[in-house]
Formats: sequence, structure tokens, C-alpha cells
Amino acid sequence: MTSSFSVIPVPAPRRRNRSWAKFRHNRSAMLGAVIILFFVAVAICAPWIAGQDPLKVGFTAIRKAPSALHWFGTDELGRDLFSRMVYGARASLLAGTVSVLIALAVGVPLGLISGYFGGLLDGCISRVTEALFSIPFLILAIALAAFLGPSLTNAMIAIGVSASPLFIRLARGQVLAVRREDYVQSTRSLGASDLRIILRHVLPNIMPALIVQATIQIAVAIIAEASLSFLGLGLQPPEPSWGSMLNTGKNFMTQAPWMSILPGCAIFLVVFGFNLLGDGLRDALDPRQED
Amino acid sequence: MMGKFVWTAGGALLCAATVCSAAQSLRIGLQEDPDTLDPVRARTYVSRIVFTSLCDKLVDIDQKLQFVPQLAQSWAWGPDHKTLTFKLRTDVVFHDGTPFNAEAAKANLERALTLKGSQRRNEIKSIESIETPDAGTLVLHLAQPDATLLAQLSDRAGMMLSPKSFADGDPSTVSRHPVCSGPYEFVKRVQNDRIELKKFDRYYDAKDFHFDRVVFLPIPDTTVRLQNLRSGGIDILERLNPSDIKEVKGDASLKFNPVAGLGYQEIFFNINNGPKAKDNPFANKLVRQAFQLTIDRDAINQVVGNGIYEPAQQPFPPASPYHNDKYPPMKPDIAKAKALLKQAGFTTVEANFSFGNTTISASIAEMLQAMAAQAGIRLNLRPTEYAAMLSEEAAGNFQVDMRGWSGRVDPDGNIFVFVTCDGSLNDGKYCNPKVDELLKQARTVLDVEGRKAVYGQAQDILQQDLPKFYIYYQPWPFATRKQVQGFKPYPDGMIRLRGVSLS
Amino acid sequence: MFRLILRRIVVAIPTLILVSMMIFSLQKILPGDPVLAMAGEERDPAVLEFLREKYRLNDPLPQQYLAWVREVAQGNLGISLRTEIPVTILIAQKLPVTIQLASMAIVFSVLIGIPLGILAAVRKGTRSEFGINLFALSGMSIPNFWLGILLIMLVSVHWRLLPASGFVPPTQDFWLSMKTSLLPAIVLATAISAYLLRHTRSAMLEALRADYIRTARAKGAPEWSVILRHALRNALMPIVTLVTILFGELLAGAVLTEQIFGIPGFGKLLVDAVFNRDYAVVQGVVLCIAVGFIALTLLADVLYILVNPRLRNA
Repeated sequence: MTSSFSVIPVPAPRRRNRSWAKFRHNRSAMLGAVIILFFVAVAICAPWIAGQDPLKVGFTAIRKAPSALHWFGTDELGRDLFSRMVYGARASLLAGTVSVLIALAVGVPLGLISGYFGGLLDGCISRVTEALFSIPFLILAIALAAFLGPSLTNAMIAIGVSASPLFIRLARGQVLAVRREDYVQSTRSLGASDLRIILRHVLPNIMPALIVQATIQIAVAIIAEASLSFLGLGLQPPEPSWGSMLNTGKNFMTQAPWMSILPGCAIFLVVFGFNLLGDGLRDALDPRQED
Repeated sequence: MMGKFVWTAGGALLCAATVCSAAQSLRIGLQEDPDTLDPVRARTYVSRIVFTSLCDKLVDIDQKLQFVPQLAQSWAWGPDHKTLTFKLRTDVVFHDGTPFNAEAAKANLERALTLKGSQRRNEIKSIESIETPDAGTLVLHLAQPDATLLAQLSDRAGMMLSPKSFADGDPSTVSRHPVCSGPYEFVKRVQNDRIELKKFDRYYDAKDFHFDRVVFLPIPDTTVRLQNLRSGGIDILERLNPSDIKEVKGDASLKFNPVAGLGYQEIFFNINNGPKAKDNPFANKLVRQAFQLTIDRDAINQVVGNGIYEPAQQPFPPASPYHNDKYPPMKPDIAKAKALLKQAGFTTVEANFSFGNTTISASIAEMLQAMAAQAGIRLNLRPTEYAAMLSEEAAGNFQVDMRGWSGRVDPDGNIFVFVTCDGSLNDGKYCNPKVDELLKQARTVLDVEGRKAVYGQAQDILQQDLPKFYIYYQPWPFATRKQVQGFKPYPDGMIRLRGVSLS
Repeated sequence: MFRLILRRIVVAIPTLILVSMMIFSLQKILPGDPVLAMAGEERDPAVLEFLREKYRLNDPLPQQYLAWVREVAQGNLGISLRTEIPVTILIAQKLPVTIQLASMAIVFSVLIGIPLGILAAVRKGTRSEFGINLFALSGMSIPNFWLGILLIMLVSVHWRLLPASGFVPPTQDFWLSMKTSLLPAIVLATAISAYLLRHTRSAMLEALRADYIRTARAKGAPEWSVILRHALRNALMPIVTLVTILFGELLAGAVLTEQIFGIPGFGKLLVDAVFNRDYAVVQGVVLCIAVGFIALTLLADVLYILVNPRLRNA
């Protein structure tokens, strides 16, 4: 299919190789990637690493300090905190990535349509996006989560939907910039369908910006899930998630500080990793990108 | 010489002022922000705490749950128990200066009975007519004997507002600025932040109240509330988290001041409310009994309650004269539970278990889940947001639920609306006409022993039918700073400030 | 300029209508009967029905919406379903609190973020830039409710330096007011200063690339003058724009911080109202926030154009 358009300058694949090299040499990005891979590994290998059943209650061993038997201590019902933290990585990572995937799935198509076709459609979508932006992100997420009911799935949907305006606006902005480029104009004048142009030419070029934003948004989503759990709206006990462990742990700050300090540290590290990675990706893929 | 005198006098005054200002206000930390401050329409436990200092009522209770005079000096039942005559105090003045008398009392009771949206109407609906032969005498004529009436008049239904303050008929005037006759009068309220009262000097016992200001601060987070107490931000807090008890006891600057309460934590079942009841395994009495036999109330008391969640088997706590020794808390018996389940035709059952998503409820629910699993009862935990849960319960959209009840002085308040066929809180729609008959009868028996016997008969049925069962009695765990002297918590959980001071 | 402002206001109106409709529809989609939630333990059916009639909850949704719009046009935002206090009074009580907190947070962020951002730009590629960047990323990565809890534990309980929660207005006691708002403002400032730092850094980097910088250097101007007088002045605009927008977000979004520190501000009011199904409050407050946010964004754009004469005729 590309043969008849070979005269049209297509973004050269060379840029990608340069980006990869840039990425590899960016210390922050590599550090971020390492952190994330570590947690992903922990989450995947949870059954082998945990060592104890994260759901098993032990009424004689409540709120025990870290020891040889319980590396991270126990919680208010005597469950091993280390195992719960390890399994909790699954919930947090899942919450982060799935929410962003939802946001992308909702936001990018809308943004593409809005930016590409313009006119009344663009006007409507932009008004709706602005309206959603005017409602504070967390409030929107809380309201949606309350509507759907407290659970991890519903929290992910709530966060994803609340974050989609960002991607609508980003996608639209990127499309507006790319729309005027020569190769798009030429392709249009040669009669290619809008859908093909969007999918084969516009989308690949806005990918870098989307990937950067998505990575950063995962960090935001993980904190949002922890916030919702903190308010009682996320993953519910007895299943472990770092956010709900923080919510429970805050009641025992003086007797069992490890119950709150450790999950908080974990959230911090994962989010830090994603932020580092997002930074590195931005430097590698497009150094002139602004926040 | 003169200069020295002025200096010393000034210094003394300054010292006095500092000492005085240190004793001037009392700050109380509440778990929630009170709702409306109109006693006729108020609905929450914490608003009752504010009313205790703000509004006097006809009678009050002592620590033994006996009725004592407040605005009424004495009272007497007529021979057929259908008349209740009060002799009222004549030296009482409302915060706006108008006098309290029988006419004012009558106006208040009529408001409670007739105001649209009044939450008190059901409580005193046995009153047919009110007479005021003179300024100090109030006569209530009842449709039938009502053993619950005095208790209702010791709470919000008996609180007296200045009739001038509600003369305009607009209920929000009262809720925004209630005018009562209690030891403290209303100053201001900032929603979700504070309610301020100041001392009413013309209160008849003003000398027994030692603070110039009382400030109520809603602090929903139990940990933060305790931290405020420890750092001196508040002087008294209510509902200490049981897990903090050890810490408070070990802290020399704090005092732990609990009292056994009137309420309970219960599990109730959807027996006949809508389609969810049809496929609810717990609609079967034997399954309910089996579930109860898996519960280790002592373990819950130890792990979650740290010793203050006294196991409960019946709706009347040990503090109540109606507590029946025939029903001590049951011990778990897994074998018997399995046998009962088998008798009902099951080896395992599964159901959804809903409860409010607070940390304590969640811990209890998780323990129950683990305990019930031992007999093959699989509970799916469904923590639900409070507002949603109420709707679900009313609509019959549940199978097994857990909730708390803050308790009432009169035993009727702890049982009637829950298990009578038309009871407003009978969300499981349990219906046994014999129970209805007994409970209605109990309302008319004024003699304690006689009434206790009637409740005993009802309990015999209910402990078998088991439309719900009880886990523990709600305590009121107060904690105060060491400087707070003379604070005595009452079983109704109210903070009475008579004789309380800061040293 | 005038036309721009006018145009933006006109465009804002459908947005506001959309916002209000979205929030109004919360009533239908959020499970839970607000009247039942209000009733709590007391459940007299007659009272429940009366309350539903009084608050028009039995009317069809569009009718309720129109009635509400009519009231808003008259300046009446309704009353709280729970306490019957008018929403306008609630806003008047809570807004100054959140503004104070937001202002303090912005001040801290500016004091920390901008100088460090400039430093990072100037020392690009060095270890100190790497360090500053990590510091900024850490600030963005800490869950602010966790930080709040830790600070309360340490500063209020352990060291007894500051009150653990609550808020005192400055008119009542200025120093106590500062003490109660210090910790929450620090917690809020942590993330905000990180964003500001990074934004300043990129704005400065952009500014330092310009030609006139090279000219200034060639002319022999001292380095500090080049950085502060020339580059910073041009980098200031995007920074100011961001500060304005951040202020708007702070006004609305300090939900968790207010929850932990018991600050009776906007965020807490809103969250409590959602949980209590106090729809009148939710509608009124979100409308207010939307208006504020739009106004602040407009202000940011106006400032931007004021300083950039090239854009004035756009």
C-alpha cells in the first residue's frame, strides 16, 4: 500500500533508533525502568516470594513488630505484612495500568476525532472536556467510585474515566499540530480515507507524546487508587492493596507504625519509578516537550 | 508606694486572668458533625451530645438509668396509667429571657407532635391531649398506658425550646439558632468545623457549671482525634478507637473513662424482603442458628475490642434492669453448627455479607468470615458506603448485614422497631404476630418486673427464630486529658458537664 | 483584548451548563436515597415522605434541574440537606480557609520551586541538576495523605510543636492560625513545588537558548545578570501562568489533606457532601469551583497576552 506514496516523506525510522540510544543513556530513565521492572517482577512472582498466605488471620499474633518469622510484621488481624505487601503490588500496578488504558481508550479516539474533523464536533467534545476539567479530578473519581460501589474494578473505571479529559486534550492538540504537516496534506489530496490517515499517519506520530503522558499518568493513577482506598472506596479487605493497607494502618500509627510506613514507602517507590521513566521517555522521544 | 500597689494589683489581675482564661473553655472532640440543631428533627447521636449542654428536658436519667428531675420537679401517674402529671420548676428562664412554664411545655410537645418532618412524633404519639391547669403543672392525657413515655421525655422529645423562637413556624430558624434553657447557650456554628456554646448565667444551677465556653469539634478520624487530645487541642473525646486503649492507659497525661452503653452491634438477615430473600440461605432458621454457633464473641472482644466489646446475646445490656440472665452469650460450637446445617439440607452455603466500610466493621467482618468458614458457611464480604447501605437494606437488596444501634434508655427502643412486622427498622421483614402482640403489651406495663416477664416471653421466641443476633454491646469509650476533673460518663453516652472542671 | 475576554466568557457558559448538568445527574446515578441517609437511625415513613416532597426529590429530574437553575439565577444555591444551612453561607465560611491554605502552599512552592528550577536549568547536565530533578520527582511521588500522617505523628504528637488538626481563622488568633495551617500547607506545597520546579527549569532552558542571551554574554554582562535579568524575565510568563492554574487546582483539590488535618475547607465539604448524599451542597460547590477555575484560567491567559504583545492581536 505504501508503494504509491513512496515519494512522500514518511517520518524516518532512524529517529527511533536515536531515541532508544538516548533512552539507554539517560540515567533517570534507566533507574525508573529498573524500579518498575523490580515491582512488576515482585507482582508476577508473588506466590513464590510471599512465603505465607496474605489472607490467613492469626488472632494470637496481631500487630507484631517485624521479626524473623514476619519480615514486615503483622497487621491488626495477625496477617503477615510482607506477603500482603507483595500481593498488594499486583493491585497497585494493575490499578495504575488499567486505569490509564481506560483513559487512553476513551480519550484518544475522542481527541483524534475532535482534532481531525474540527467544526461542530470539535466544539462539542471540547466543551465536554472543559466541563470535565472544571470538576476536580479526585472529586469526579470519588463520585464515580461511590456510584459504582467500592471495589478495585470500579476504582479503576472511575480513575480511568476521570483521567480521560487529559488524553482527549492531548490527542487533540497533537492532531492539530500534525494535521498541517505536508505528508498528511498530500495523502489527503491523493484521496486516502480519513480513517486510514488517522490510523497510519497521524496516530504513529502522536504516539511518543501519548506514551510519555501515559507513563506519567500511571503514576498519578496509582496515587489516585491509594487515595480512593484511603477513603474506603478502592479494593476492599481482606484482599491486600497498598492504599487500603495505609487506610487501616493509619489507625495504628503509634502501636504498629510499620503498617503505615511500609505501604507508603512502596507506593512512593513505584510512583517515583514511573515518574523517572516518564521523564526519561520525554527526554528521549521529544526533548522540546513542555509539561 | 502607689506604684507598687498598682503593679501588684495589675500583676494579680493578669495572673487571675491567665488562670481564669485557662479554665474558660472546654473543647470536646466528636466523631461526626451533628446534623440539625432542632431537637424535634435531629437524628444523630452526636447532636444529642450538644443538646445535653444546650437544652434542658423535662426529666433526665442518672447513672443507674433511673429518672431524675430536671425541668420537672416531680411527676405522678394517674390511677389508670393514662394520665401523667408533671410539677414544673418555676425559676427557669430561656436563653432569650422568656420564662419557662406549662404553656411553653405544651407548645413544645405540640410542636413535636404536629410539625411536618418531626422525628419525635412516633415517640410520643400516645399523648392525646395536654392540659395546663396552672403555670407550674403539666398534665398529659394518653390514649393508652405508655411505659416508654418518661424515657422519651428524658431525651429529645422532652427538650424545651423557647416558644418565641419557633413562633414564626419556619423550622430552619430553630436549627440555625436554637434557643433553649440549658446551662449553656448557642453562640455559633460552622458546619464541619465547630459548634460554640457559652455559659448561661441565669441557669438555675449555674454555679455547678465551671466553663465559660464549650466548643464541640467534629474530628472524624479516630487517630487524629486522639492526637488532638494528646497535643492538648481538645480536652475530652468520645469513641476512642479500642486499639488505642492501651496507649491511653499508659499515658500519664490522659485518662481512659469508659462506660457500658445501651446499644449493640447486630447481624440481621433478609428473611422476607423482596426477591433477594427467596434465594437467601439465611431465610432458613436453622442456617441462622448454625451461623450464630460459629461466632466466638470473646475473640472479637479481644482482637477488635481490646476488652471493651462485651459479648451480647440479647437486646438489653447488663446495665438495663430488663437484662435477662436466662440468655448468656453463647459459646461457639462448630460441630453443632455443622449438624444444624446438615439438618437444613446443606453441606455448605454462600451469601453476601454487607457492612459499613469502616476499619472496625471491616475487621469484625473479616473475623466473622473466617469463623463461619469453619462450618462451611461462605460469606462474601461486601463493604458498602453507609448511605448506599441504608437504601439497599430498605429495598431488601441484601442477604446478611451488620450494623450498630446506639441504644435507648427504654428497652422498647432497642427492640420494637426491629422485630415487629411493621417496624421501621425491620429491613429483614421478619414477622411473627405473637411477638408483635407481646411487644405491644410490654409497652403498656409500667411495673418493671411485669414488663421484664413479657419481654422474656418474646425473647423465648426470638432466640429460636433468630431474625437477628447480637455480637457485642456498644461501649462509650471516652478519653480525657488528666486535667479534666469530675467527668462521669453515663450509659446513654451523653457528656453531662455538671461538676466538671479543669484543674 | 476585550474581545478575547468576552469571547472566553461566552464560551464558558455552555461549559458551566454542562458541568451543572453532569453534577445534577449524580443524583440519579449515585445509589442511596439521600433522605434515608439523612434519616439515619430515625425512620418515620411520614417524615421521609415529607422530606422527599420538601426537597422536590419526587419530581422528575429535568424539573428539579430547572427549579435549581432558577434559584441559582436569583443567587440562591439551596440549603444543605443535612443541616439546613444555606450553601452560600457554607461557601462563605469555607472559601477563605481554602484560599489561605492555597496561598500559603503557593508561597512555599514559589520560594522553593523557582530558585531550584533556575539552578537546575543553569547547571544542566551536572550532578546537582540530577539531584535537584530527583528531589522534584520525589516531591511529586509522595502520596500526600501519607506525608500528612507522618508529619502529624512526628511534629504534633512526638515533638508537640504544632497542633494536630483543626483550623483557626487569622482574624481570631493570627499566630495560632499560622500554626494550624503550616503542616497542611507544607504537605500541599510538596507536590506543587515539584511541578513548579520542573516547569521553571524547562522555561529557563527555553529562555537561555534565545539569541539575545548570547548577545548579552558577548557584551560582557555578568552571568548572574544574564540569568536573572534576561532569561528569568522571559521565563517568568509561563511560570506565572502555571502558578495561576495551580492556585485554581489547589482551591478545589486539597481533599485528602483537608481530611487528615481536619481543615474545614472546600475539599472536605465536597467529599463529605458526596458521602452524605447532600446533593444541594455538591451542586452548589462544584458550580462555584468550576466558575473559579474558568476565571483563573482566563486570568492566566490574559496575563500571558498582556506580557506578550505579539499575541495581543490574535
